[in-house]
Amino acid sequence: MKIYIMGIESTAHTFGCGIITSNGEILSNVKSEYIPPSGGIHPREASQHHSQKALSVIKKALEEAKISLYDIDGVAISLGPGLGPCLRTGATIARAIALLINKPLIPVNHCVAHIEIGRLITKEEDPLVVYVSGGNTIISAFSDGRYRVFGETLDIALGNCLDVFARHLGLPHPGVPKLEALADKGKNFIFLPYIVKGQDVSYSGLLTTAIKYIGKYDSCDLSMSLLETAYGMLAEVTERALAHTEKTSLLLTGGVARSLRLQRILKSVCEEHSARFHVVPPELAGDNGAMIAWTGYLAYKENITIPIESSFIKQRWRLDEVEIPWRMRY
Amino acid sequence: MENEILIKKGAEAELYKSTWMNREVVIKRRKSKSYRNPDLDRYIRVHRTSLEAKLLSDARKLGVPTPIVYDVDLNNTQIIMSFIRGPPLKNLIPKMNKEYMKKTFIEIGRLVGLLHKGGIVHGDLTTSNMLIQNDMIFFIDFGLGDYTKDIEARGVDIHLMRRAIESLYYEFSEYAYESFIVGYKEIMLDEANDILKRVIEIRKRGRYVEGDRHK
Repeated sequence: MKIYIMGIESTAHTFGCGIITSNGEILSNVKSEYIPPSGGIHPREASQHHSQKALSVIKKALEEAKISLYDIDGVAISLGPGLGPCLRTGATIARAIALLINKPLIPVNHCVAHIEIGRLITKEEDPLVVYVSGGNTIISAFSDGRYRVFGETLDIALGNCLDVFARHLGLPHPGVPKLEALADKGKNFIFLPYIVKGQDVSYSGLLTTAIKYIGKYDSCDLSMSLLETAYGMLAEVTERALAHTEKTSLLLTGGVARSLRLQRILKSVCEEHSARFHVVPPELAGDNGAMIAWTGYLAYKENITIPIESSFIKQRWRLDEVEIPWRMRY
Repeated sequence: MENEILIKKGAEAELYKSTWMNREVVIKRRKSKSYRNPDLDRYIRVHRTSLEAKLLSDARKLGVPTPIVYDVDLNNTQIIMSFIRGPPLKNLIPKMNKEYMKKTFIEIGRLVGLLHKGGIVHGDLTTSNMLIQNDMIFFIDFGLGDYTKDIEARGVDIHLMRRAIESLYYEFSEYAYESFIVGYKEIMLDEANDILKRVIEIRKRGRYVEGDRHK
Protein backbone atom coordinates (compact mmCIF):
# COMPACT_ATOMS: atom_id res chain seq x y z
CA MET A 1 0.00 0.00 0.00
CA LYS A 2 1.21 3.45 -0.89
CA ILE A 3 1.94 5.81 1.96
CA TYR A 4 1.53 9.56 1.54
CA ILE A 5 3.58 11.97 3.63
CA MET A 6 3.15 15.74 3.73
CA GLY A 7 6.23 17.78 4.59
CA ILE A 8 6.22 21.33 5.87
CA GLU A 9 9.27 23.56 5.67
CA SER A 10 9.53 26.98 7.30
CA THR A 11 13.01 27.29 8.77
CA ALA A 12 13.93 30.59 7.10
CA HIS A 13 12.66 32.63 4.14
CA THR A 14 10.72 29.82 2.45
CA PHE A 15 7.38 28.37 3.39
CA GLY A 16 7.03 25.09 1.56
CA CYS A 17 4.68 22.14 1.43
CA GLY A 18 5.49 18.95 -0.40
CA ILE A 19 3.77 15.61 -0.75
CA ILE A 20 5.58 12.40 -1.55
CA THR A 21 4.74 8.73 -1.68
CA SER A 22 6.55 5.77 -0.20
CA ASN A 23 7.92 5.07 -3.70
CA GLY A 24 9.79 8.34 -3.62
CA GLU A 25 7.47 10.03 -6.12
CA ILE A 26 7.23 13.76 -5.54
CA LEU A 27 3.53 14.48 -6.09
CA SER A 28 3.85 18.17 -5.35
CA ASN A 29 6.38 20.66 -4.08
CA VAL A 30 4.91 24.12 -3.60
CA LYS A 31 6.68 27.03 -2.01
CA SER A 32 6.47 30.72 -1.31
CA GLU A 33 9.62 32.64 -0.62
CA TYR A 34 9.72 35.77 1.52
CA ILE A 35 11.68 38.51 -0.21
CA PRO A 36 12.35 41.48 2.05
CA PRO A 37 11.63 44.91 0.49
CA SER A 38 15.13 45.95 1.56
CA GLY A 39 17.97 44.54 3.66
CA GLY A 40 18.12 41.02 5.03
CA ILE A 41 15.46 38.70 6.42
CA HIS A 42 13.78 39.90 9.58
CA PRO A 43 12.61 36.71 11.33
CA ARG A 44 9.31 38.22 12.48
CA GLU A 45 8.45 39.59 9.06
CA ALA A 46 9.33 36.26 7.44
CA SER A 47 7.12 34.41 9.91
CA GLN A 48 4.23 36.77 9.11
CA HIS A 49 4.72 35.99 5.46
CA HIS A 50 4.59 32.28 6.28
CA SER A 51 1.35 32.50 8.21
CA GLN A 52 -0.24 34.52 5.40
CA LYS A 53 0.84 32.12 2.66
CA ALA A 54 0.57 28.79 4.49
CA LEU A 55 -3.02 28.01 3.61
CA SER A 56 -2.71 28.70 -0.11
CA VAL A 57 0.59 26.80 -0.35
CA ILE A 58 -0.82 23.72 1.39
CA LYS A 59 -4.03 23.83 -0.68
CA LYS A 60 -2.05 24.06 -3.89
CA ALA A 61 0.19 21.17 -2.80
CA LEU A 62 -2.88 18.96 -2.22
CA GLU A 63 -4.45 20.01 -5.53
CA GLU A 64 -1.28 19.28 -7.50
CA ALA A 65 -0.90 15.93 -5.76
CA LYS A 66 -4.57 15.19 -6.54
CA ILE A 67 -5.24 13.81 -3.09
CA SER A 68 -7.33 14.86 -0.13
CA LEU A 69 -5.88 15.99 3.18
CA TYR A 70 -7.36 12.82 4.69
CA ASP A 71 -5.25 10.60 2.40
CA ILE A 72 -2.13 11.80 4.20
CA ASP A 73 -0.53 9.19 6.48
CA GLY A 74 1.79 11.46 8.38
CA VAL A 75 2.82 15.11 8.67
CA ALA A 76 6.55 15.79 8.65
CA ILE A 77 7.75 19.06 10.08
CA SER A 78 11.15 20.68 9.88
CA LEU A 79 11.74 21.47 13.57
CA GLY A 80 15.16 23.03 13.07
CA PRO A 81 17.72 24.43 12.73
CA GLY A 82 16.41 27.82 11.73
CA LEU A 83 14.88 31.11 12.76
CA GLY A 84 12.66 30.83 15.85
CA PRO A 85 9.56 32.73 14.70
CA CYS A 86 9.60 31.00 11.30
CA LEU A 87 9.99 27.54 12.84
CA ARG A 88 7.15 28.21 15.28
CA THR A 89 4.78 29.23 12.49
CA GLY A 90 5.45 26.07 10.49
CA ALA A 91 5.31 23.83 13.57
CA THR A 92 1.97 25.29 14.66
CA ILE A 93 0.48 24.58 11.24
CA ALA A 94 1.88 21.05 11.09
CA ARG A 95 0.62 20.23 14.57
CA ALA A 96 -2.86 21.51 13.66
CA ILE A 97 -2.99 19.37 10.51
CA ALA A 98 -1.77 16.27 12.35
CA LEU A 99 -4.43 16.75 15.01
CA LEU A 100 -7.13 17.45 12.42
CA ILE A 101 -6.50 14.29 10.40
CA ASN A 102 -5.42 12.30 13.46
CA LYS A 103 -2.13 11.16 11.93
CA PRO A 104 1.37 11.18 13.44
CA LEU A 105 3.61 14.21 13.49
CA ILE A 106 7.15 13.37 12.29
CA PRO A 107 10.12 15.48 13.42
CA VAL A 108 12.64 16.21 10.67
CA ASN A 109 16.02 17.92 10.84
CA HIS A 110 16.28 20.43 8.00
CA CYS A 111 19.92 19.58 7.19
CA VAL A 112 19.26 15.84 7.12
CA ALA A 113 16.39 16.55 4.68
CA HIS A 114 18.72 18.38 2.29
CA ILE A 115 20.95 15.31 2.21
CA GLU A 116 18.16 12.71 1.90
CA ILE A 117 16.41 14.41 -1.02
CA GLY A 118 19.77 14.65 -2.75
CA ARG A 119 20.37 10.95 -2.27
CA LEU A 120 16.90 10.16 -3.58
CA ILE A 121 17.30 12.27 -6.71
CA THR A 122 20.86 11.32 -7.61
CA LYS A 123 20.57 7.67 -6.51
CA GLU A 124 23.96 8.00 -4.84
CA GLU A 125 23.98 5.74 -1.82
CA ASP A 126 26.85 7.25 0.11
CA PRO A 127 28.10 10.61 -1.14
CA LEU A 128 30.18 13.28 0.53
CA VAL A 129 27.72 16.16 0.92
CA VAL A 130 28.52 19.84 0.47
CA TYR A 131 25.54 21.82 1.74
CA VAL A 132 25.79 25.55 1.18
CA SER A 133 23.01 28.06 1.71
CA GLY A 134 22.25 31.38 3.36
CA GLY A 135 22.28 29.78 6.79
CA ASN A 136 24.48 26.70 6.49
CA THR A 137 27.90 25.72 5.19
CA ILE A 138 28.49 22.05 5.97
CA ILE A 139 30.60 19.26 4.58
CA SER A 140 29.22 15.99 5.80
CA ALA A 141 29.45 12.27 5.26
CA PHE A 142 27.65 9.34 6.80
CA SER A 143 29.62 7.33 9.31
CA ASP A 144 28.56 5.06 12.13
CA GLY A 145 24.88 5.89 12.23
CA ARG A 146 25.02 9.64 11.73
CA TYR A 147 25.80 12.37 9.25
CA ARG A 148 29.13 13.51 10.62
CA VAL A 149 30.30 17.04 10.08
CA PHE A 150 33.76 17.00 8.47
CA GLY A 151 33.93 20.71 7.96
CA GLU A 152 31.76 23.73 8.48
CA THR A 153 31.84 27.47 8.82
CA LEU A 154 33.10 28.83 12.11
CA ASP A 155 30.98 31.96 11.77
CA ILE A 156 28.70 33.05 8.92
CA ALA A 157 27.43 30.90 6.07
CA LEU A 158 28.74 31.17 2.51
CA GLY A 159 25.39 32.39 1.18
CA ASN A 160 25.15 34.97 3.92
CA CYS A 161 28.62 36.31 3.10
CA LEU A 162 27.79 36.67 -0.62
CA ASP A 163 24.29 38.10 -0.05
CA VAL A 164 25.49 40.78 2.35
CA PHE A 165 28.31 41.78 0.03
CA ALA A 166 25.90 41.96 -2.91
CA ARG A 167 23.60 44.23 -0.89
CA HIS A 168 26.51 46.52 -0.07
CA LEU A 169 27.23 46.76 -3.79
CA GLY A 170 23.60 47.75 -4.24
CA LEU A 171 22.59 44.60 -6.12
CA PRO A 172 18.92 43.65 -5.68
CA HIS A 173 17.77 40.23 -4.47
CA PRO A 174 18.81 37.58 -5.46
CA GLY A 175 22.30 38.99 -5.27
CA VAL A 176 24.54 36.00 -5.97
CA PRO A 177 23.75 35.55 -9.72
CA LYS A 178 24.35 39.28 -10.26
CA LEU A 179 27.56 39.08 -8.27
CA GLU A 180 28.69 36.22 -10.50
CA ALA A 181 27.87 38.22 -13.62
CA LEU A 182 30.10 41.05 -12.33
CA ALA A 183 32.80 38.54 -11.41
CA ASP A 184 32.85 37.21 -14.98
CA LYS A 185 34.12 40.64 -16.05
CA GLY A 186 36.78 40.79 -13.32
CA LYS A 187 40.41 40.73 -14.43
CA ASN A 188 42.72 41.54 -11.53
CA PHE A 189 42.81 39.39 -8.45
CA ILE A 190 42.77 41.28 -5.15
CA PHE A 191 44.04 39.43 -2.07
CA LEU A 192 41.39 39.00 0.59
CA PRO A 193 41.54 37.02 3.87
CA TYR A 194 41.64 33.35 2.94
CA ILE A 195 40.82 31.57 6.20
CA VAL A 196 40.88 27.80 6.43
CA LYS A 197 41.37 26.30 9.87
CA GLY A 198 41.89 22.59 9.55
CA GLN A 199 38.64 21.31 8.09
CA ASP A 200 36.73 24.52 8.72
CA VAL A 201 36.29 27.84 6.97
CA SER A 202 35.63 31.33 8.28
CA TYR A 203 33.87 33.91 6.12
CA SER A 204 33.29 36.86 8.43
CA GLY A 205 36.74 38.43 8.04
CA LEU A 206 36.55 37.96 4.28
CA LEU A 207 33.21 39.75 4.16
CA THR A 208 34.37 42.67 6.33
CA THR A 209 37.46 43.22 4.20
CA ALA A 210 35.56 42.92 0.92
CA ILE A 211 33.02 45.52 2.10
CA LYS A 212 35.85 47.86 3.16
CA TYR A 213 37.33 47.60 -0.33
CA ILE A 214 34.12 48.72 -2.08
CA GLY A 215 34.90 51.98 -3.85
CA LYS A 216 38.65 51.45 -3.57
CA TYR A 217 38.72 48.72 -6.18
CA ASP A 218 36.80 47.96 -9.33
CA SER A 219 33.53 46.16 -8.48
CA CYS A 220 34.12 43.45 -11.08
CA ASP A 221 37.62 42.71 -9.79
CA LEU A 222 36.39 42.74 -6.22
CA SER A 223 33.44 40.43 -6.95
CA MET A 224 35.69 38.03 -8.82
CA SER A 225 38.22 38.01 -5.97
CA LEU A 226 35.55 37.51 -3.32
CA LEU A 227 34.01 34.55 -5.15
CA GLU A 228 37.37 32.99 -5.99
CA THR A 229 38.48 33.28 -2.36
CA ALA A 230 35.20 32.11 -0.81
CA TYR A 231 34.74 29.19 -3.22
CA GLY A 232 38.45 28.34 -3.09
CA MET A 233 38.26 27.96 0.68
CA LEU A 234 35.26 25.67 0.34
CA ALA A 235 36.97 23.67 -2.39
CA GLU A 236 40.02 23.15 -0.22
CA VAL A 237 38.12 21.74 2.76
CA THR A 238 35.97 19.70 0.39
CA GLU A 239 39.05 18.19 -1.16
CA ARG A 240 40.46 17.41 2.26
CA ALA A 241 37.22 15.70 3.29
CA LEU A 242 37.11 13.76 0.02
CA ALA A 243 40.68 12.54 0.51
CA HIS A 244 40.02 11.69 4.14
CA THR A 245 36.68 9.90 3.78
CA GLU A 246 37.53 8.31 0.42
CA LYS A 247 33.93 8.69 -0.72
CA THR A 248 33.49 8.06 -4.43
CA SER A 249 30.86 10.72 -5.06
CA LEU A 250 30.04 14.26 -4.09
CA LEU A 251 26.63 15.84 -3.72
CA LEU A 252 26.31 19.62 -3.87
CA THR A 253 23.10 21.02 -2.40
CA GLY A 254 21.55 24.06 -0.71
CA GLY A 255 20.63 27.43 -2.18
CA VAL A 256 24.18 28.30 -3.26
CA ALA A 257 24.41 24.99 -5.17
CA ARG A 258 22.92 26.73 -8.20
CA SER A 259 26.09 28.80 -8.65
CA LEU A 260 27.66 27.61 -11.91
CA ARG A 261 31.05 28.91 -10.83
CA LEU A 262 30.95 26.85 -7.64
CA GLN A 263 29.73 23.80 -9.58
CA ARG A 264 32.66 24.12 -11.97
CA ILE A 265 35.16 24.38 -9.10
CA LEU A 266 33.83 21.40 -7.14
CA LYS A 267 33.55 19.35 -10.31
CA SER A 268 37.25 19.92 -10.86
CA VAL A 269 37.98 18.81 -7.27
CA CYS A 270 36.03 15.62 -7.97
CA GLU A 271 37.94 14.95 -11.17
CA GLU A 272 41.23 15.08 -9.28
CA HIS A 273 39.98 12.46 -6.86
CA SER A 274 38.06 10.37 -9.42
CA ALA A 275 34.77 11.03 -7.65
CA ARG A 276 31.38 11.45 -9.32
CA PHE A 277 29.94 14.94 -9.08
CA HIS A 278 26.23 15.64 -8.60
CA VAL A 279 24.33 18.82 -8.06
CA VAL A 280 20.77 18.76 -6.77
CA PRO A 281 18.39 20.64 -9.12
CA PRO A 282 17.45 24.13 -7.82
CA GLU A 283 13.84 23.37 -6.89
CA LEU A 284 15.03 20.61 -4.57
CA ALA A 285 18.38 22.14 -3.57
CA GLY A 286 16.82 25.26 -2.07
CA ASP A 287 14.55 24.96 0.97
CA ASN A 288 11.40 23.01 0.08
CA GLY A 289 8.64 20.87 1.52
CA ALA A 290 9.30 17.75 -0.58
CA MET A 291 12.63 17.11 1.11
CA ILE A 292 10.94 17.30 4.52
CA ALA A 293 8.22 14.92 3.33
CA TRP A 294 10.72 12.39 1.97
CA THR A 295 12.87 12.44 5.10
CA GLY A 296 9.66 12.25 7.10
CA TYR A 297 8.79 9.07 5.26
CA LEU A 298 12.21 7.54 6.04
CA ALA A 299 11.69 8.37 9.71
CA TYR A 300 8.06 7.18 9.66
CA LYS A 301 9.24 3.78 8.44
CA GLU A 302 11.44 3.60 11.55
CA ASN A 303 8.51 4.62 13.77
CA ILE A 304 10.04 7.98 14.54
CA THR A 305 7.13 10.26 15.45
CA ILE A 306 6.72 12.91 18.10
CA PRO A 307 3.77 13.66 20.41
CA ILE A 308 2.26 17.09 19.77
CA GLU A 309 2.92 18.24 23.33
CA SER A 310 6.65 17.67 23.08
CA SER A 311 7.14 18.80 19.47
CA PHE A 312 9.29 21.78 20.39
CA ILE A 313 11.25 23.59 17.75
CA LYS A 314 15.05 23.35 17.93
CA GLN A 315 16.67 26.49 16.59
CA ARG A 316 20.19 25.10 16.86
CA TRP A 317 19.54 21.44 16.10
CA ARG A 318 22.82 20.18 14.70
CA LEU A 319 23.01 17.75 11.80
CA ASP A 320 25.33 15.41 13.70
CA GLU A 321 22.96 15.10 16.66
CA VAL A 322 20.45 13.11 14.63
CA GLU A 323 20.49 9.30 14.57
CA ILE A 324 19.93 7.92 11.07
CA PRO A 325 18.47 4.44 11.66
CA TRP A 326 17.32 4.03 8.04
CA ARG A 327 20.88 3.75 6.83
CA MET A 328 23.04 0.71 7.30
CA ARG A 329 25.69 1.04 9.95
CA TYR A 330 29.19 0.58 8.64
CA MET B 1 64.62 14.85 -8.57
CA GLU B 2 65.49 11.41 -9.78
CA ASN B 3 64.25 8.23 -8.18
CA GLU B 4 61.29 9.80 -6.53
CA ILE B 5 58.86 7.29 -5.11
CA LEU B 6 55.40 8.59 -4.26
CA ILE B 7 54.63 7.56 -0.69
CA LYS B 8 51.53 9.61 0.02
CA LYS B 9 49.08 11.68 -1.98
CA GLY B 10 47.24 13.99 0.35
CA ALA B 11 44.65 16.62 -0.44
CA GLU B 12 47.17 19.41 -0.29
CA ALA B 13 50.57 17.95 -0.95
CA GLU B 14 52.36 14.90 -2.26
CA LEU B 15 55.13 13.11 -0.39
CA TYR B 16 58.00 11.46 -2.23
CA LYS B 17 60.86 9.41 -0.91
CA SER B 18 64.18 10.08 -2.57
CA THR B 19 67.87 10.63 -1.92
CA TRP B 20 69.54 14.00 -1.68
CA MET B 21 73.31 14.46 -1.10
CA ASN B 22 73.49 10.77 -0.20
CA ARG B 23 70.79 11.10 2.41
CA GLU B 24 67.43 9.41 2.57
CA VAL B 25 64.92 12.23 2.30
CA VAL B 26 61.24 13.00 1.97
CA ILE B 27 60.09 15.65 -0.45
CA LYS B 28 56.84 17.36 0.41
CA ARG B 29 55.54 19.12 -2.67
CA ARG B 30 52.47 21.32 -2.79
CA LYS B 31 50.81 20.90 -6.13
CA SER B 32 49.02 23.60 -8.03
CA LYS B 33 45.24 23.39 -7.95
CA SER B 34 43.51 24.00 -11.24
CA TYR B 35 40.29 25.04 -9.48
CA ARG B 36 41.93 28.01 -7.75
CA ASN B 37 42.67 31.42 -9.15
CA PRO B 38 46.35 31.21 -10.24
CA ASP B 39 47.46 34.23 -8.16
CA LEU B 40 45.71 32.92 -5.08
CA ASP B 41 47.00 29.40 -5.71
CA ARG B 42 50.61 30.57 -5.93
CA TYR B 43 50.28 32.68 -2.80
CA ILE B 44 48.79 29.86 -0.74
CA ARG B 45 51.40 27.32 -1.79
CA VAL B 46 54.37 29.63 -1.22
CA HIS B 47 53.03 30.89 2.09
CA ARG B 48 52.28 27.42 3.46
CA THR B 49 55.53 25.89 2.29
CA SER B 50 57.61 28.57 3.95
CA LEU B 51 55.47 28.52 7.11
CA GLU B 52 55.72 24.76 7.43
CA ALA B 53 59.50 24.78 6.97
CA LYS B 54 59.85 27.39 9.72
CA LEU B 55 57.53 25.49 12.04
CA LEU B 56 59.45 22.25 11.53
CA SER B 57 62.78 23.77 12.43
CA ASP B 58 61.44 25.98 15.24
CA ALA B 59 59.70 22.98 16.81
CA ARG B 60 63.04 21.21 16.74
CA LYS B 61 64.68 24.14 18.51
CA LEU B 62 62.05 23.83 21.24
CA GLY B 63 63.14 20.24 21.82
CA VAL B 64 60.41 18.49 19.85
CA PRO B 65 61.83 15.88 17.44
CA THR B 66 60.84 16.72 13.85
CA PRO B 67 62.39 15.89 10.48
CA ILE B 68 65.43 18.04 9.70
CA VAL B 69 64.71 20.53 6.96
CA TYR B 70 67.46 20.33 4.34
CA ASP B 71 66.07 22.56 1.66
CA VAL B 72 63.11 24.82 1.01
CA ASP B 73 62.37 25.49 -2.63
CA LEU B 74 59.65 28.11 -3.02
CA ASN B 75 59.73 27.96 -6.82
CA ASN B 76 58.63 24.37 -6.75
CA THR B 77 56.84 24.87 -3.41
CA GLN B 78 58.60 21.92 -1.85
CA ILE B 79 60.47 21.03 1.31
CA ILE B 80 63.24 18.45 1.41
CA MET B 81 63.57 16.89 4.86
CA SER B 82 65.10 13.92 6.56
CA PHE B 83 63.28 10.61 6.22
CA ILE B 84 61.86 9.21 9.45
CA ARG B 85 61.33 5.51 9.16
CA GLY B 86 58.55 5.21 11.71
CA PRO B 87 56.36 3.29 12.47
CA PRO B 88 53.50 5.68 13.16
CA LEU B 89 52.25 5.68 16.74
CA LYS B 90 48.89 4.55 15.37
CA ASN B 91 50.32 1.13 14.52
CA LEU B 92 52.02 0.69 17.87
CA ILE B 93 49.14 1.55 20.18
CA PRO B 94 47.27 -1.77 19.88
CA LYS B 95 50.44 -3.61 20.91
CA MET B 96 51.21 -1.42 23.90
CA ASN B 97 50.95 -2.60 27.48
CA LYS B 98 49.52 -0.21 30.02
CA GLU B 99 52.84 0.86 31.47
CA TYR B 100 54.42 1.62 28.11
CA MET B 101 51.31 3.45 27.01
CA LYS B 102 51.44 5.63 30.09
CA LYS B 103 55.08 6.47 29.47
CA THR B 104 54.42 7.25 25.80
CA PHE B 105 51.46 9.54 26.39
CA ILE B 106 53.20 11.43 29.19
CA GLU B 107 56.00 12.07 26.72
CA ILE B 108 53.55 13.17 24.00
CA GLY B 109 51.94 15.51 26.53
CA ARG B 110 55.35 16.98 27.31
CA LEU B 111 56.16 17.47 23.63
CA VAL B 112 52.84 19.20 22.92
CA GLY B 113 53.48 21.31 26.02
CA LEU B 114 56.89 22.33 24.65
CA LEU B 115 55.31 23.34 21.34
CA HIS B 116 52.57 25.36 23.01
CA LYS B 117 54.90 27.02 25.47
CA GLY B 118 57.11 28.00 22.55
CA GLY B 119 54.17 29.58 20.74
CA ILE B 120 53.44 26.88 18.18
CA VAL B 121 50.30 24.87 17.56
CA HIS B 122 50.47 21.79 15.36
CA GLY B 123 46.92 21.93 14.01
CA ASP B 124 46.56 18.24 13.17
CA LEU B 125 47.66 16.17 16.16
CA THR B 126 46.77 12.61 15.29
CA THR B 127 48.51 9.35 15.99
CA SER B 128 49.39 9.07 12.29
CA ASN B 129 51.36 12.29 12.54
CA MET B 130 53.68 10.92 15.21
CA LEU B 131 56.42 8.53 14.22
CA ILE B 132 58.47 6.46 16.63
CA GLN B 133 62.13 6.01 15.85
CA ASN B 134 64.98 5.13 18.23
CA ASP B 135 62.58 5.58 21.16
CA MET B 136 61.96 9.16 20.13
CA ILE B 137 58.57 10.49 19.11
CA PHE B 138 58.83 12.58 15.94
CA PHE B 139 56.08 15.05 15.08
CA ILE B 140 55.48 15.39 11.36
CA ASP B 141 53.16 17.34 9.04
CA PHE B 142 52.94 20.90 10.30
CA GLY B 143 50.86 21.83 7.27
CA LEU B 144 48.02 23.10 9.44
CA GLY B 145 50.28 24.54 12.13
CA ASP B 146 50.70 28.15 13.18
CA TYR B 147 52.51 30.53 15.48
CA THR B 148 50.01 31.40 18.17
CA LYS B 149 49.49 31.40 21.93
CA ASP B 150 45.73 31.63 21.47
CA ILE B 151 43.83 29.52 24.00
CA GLU B 152 41.33 28.37 21.38
CA ALA B 153 44.01 27.14 18.99
CA ARG B 154 45.82 25.31 21.76
CA GLY B 155 42.54 23.87 22.99
CA VAL B 156 41.69 22.57 19.51
CA ASP B 157 45.11 20.93 19.34
CA ILE B 158 44.44 19.00 22.53
CA HIS B 159 40.86 18.25 21.57
CA LEU B 160 42.02 16.69 18.30
CA MET B 161 44.62 14.65 20.17
CA ARG B 162 41.95 13.39 22.52
CA ARG B 163 39.67 12.43 19.65
CA ALA B 164 42.48 10.58 17.94
CA ILE B 165 43.14 8.62 21.13
CA GLU B 166 39.46 7.79 21.57
CA SER B 167 38.94 6.63 18.03
CA LEU B 168 41.83 4.19 18.28
CA TYR B 169 41.85 2.76 21.70
CA TYR B 170 38.53 3.20 23.30
CA GLU B 171 39.05 0.90 26.25
CA PHE B 172 42.08 2.71 27.65
CA SER B 173 41.43 6.08 26.07
CA GLU B 174 40.78 7.83 29.35
CA TYR B 175 43.91 6.42 30.87
CA ALA B 176 45.95 7.50 27.83
CA TYR B 177 44.42 10.98 27.87
CA GLU B 178 45.09 11.37 31.59
CA SER B 179 48.72 10.43 31.03
CA PHE B 180 48.88 12.97 28.22
CA ILE B 181 47.58 15.66 30.59
CA VAL B 182 50.20 14.76 33.22
CA GLY B 183 52.97 15.42 30.69
CA TYR B 184 51.28 18.53 29.31
CA LYS B 185 50.88 20.07 32.77
CA GLU B 186 54.47 19.27 33.64
CA ILE B 187 55.53 21.76 30.96
CA MET B 188 52.64 24.21 30.85
CA LEU B 189 52.15 24.45 34.64
CA ASP B 190 49.26 26.75 35.63
CA GLU B 191 48.83 27.93 32.07
CA ALA B 192 47.34 24.51 31.32
CA ASN B 193 44.22 25.12 33.41
CA ASP B 194 42.52 27.66 31.11
CA ILE B 195 43.40 25.59 28.08
CA LEU B 196 41.98 22.38 29.54
CA LYS B 197 38.82 24.25 30.48
CA ARG B 198 38.57 25.33 26.85
CA VAL B 199 39.00 21.72 25.73
CA ILE B 200 35.86 20.80 27.67
CA GLU B 201 34.04 23.74 26.07
CA ILE B 202 35.14 22.73 22.58
CA ARG B 203 33.90 19.21 23.21
CA LYS B 204 30.55 20.52 24.43
CA ARG B 205 30.03 22.41 21.21
CA GLY B 206 28.81 19.02 20.12
CA ARG B 207 30.81 19.00 16.99
CA TYR B 208 31.95 15.42 17.22
CA VAL B 209 30.08 13.85 20.09
CA GLU B 210 26.48 13.39 21.19
CA GLY B 211 24.68 16.69 21.20
CA ASP B 212 23.87 17.36 24.82
CA ARG B 213 24.46 21.05 24.35
CA HIS B 214 20.82 22.03 24.06
CA LYS B 215 19.24 19.60 26.47
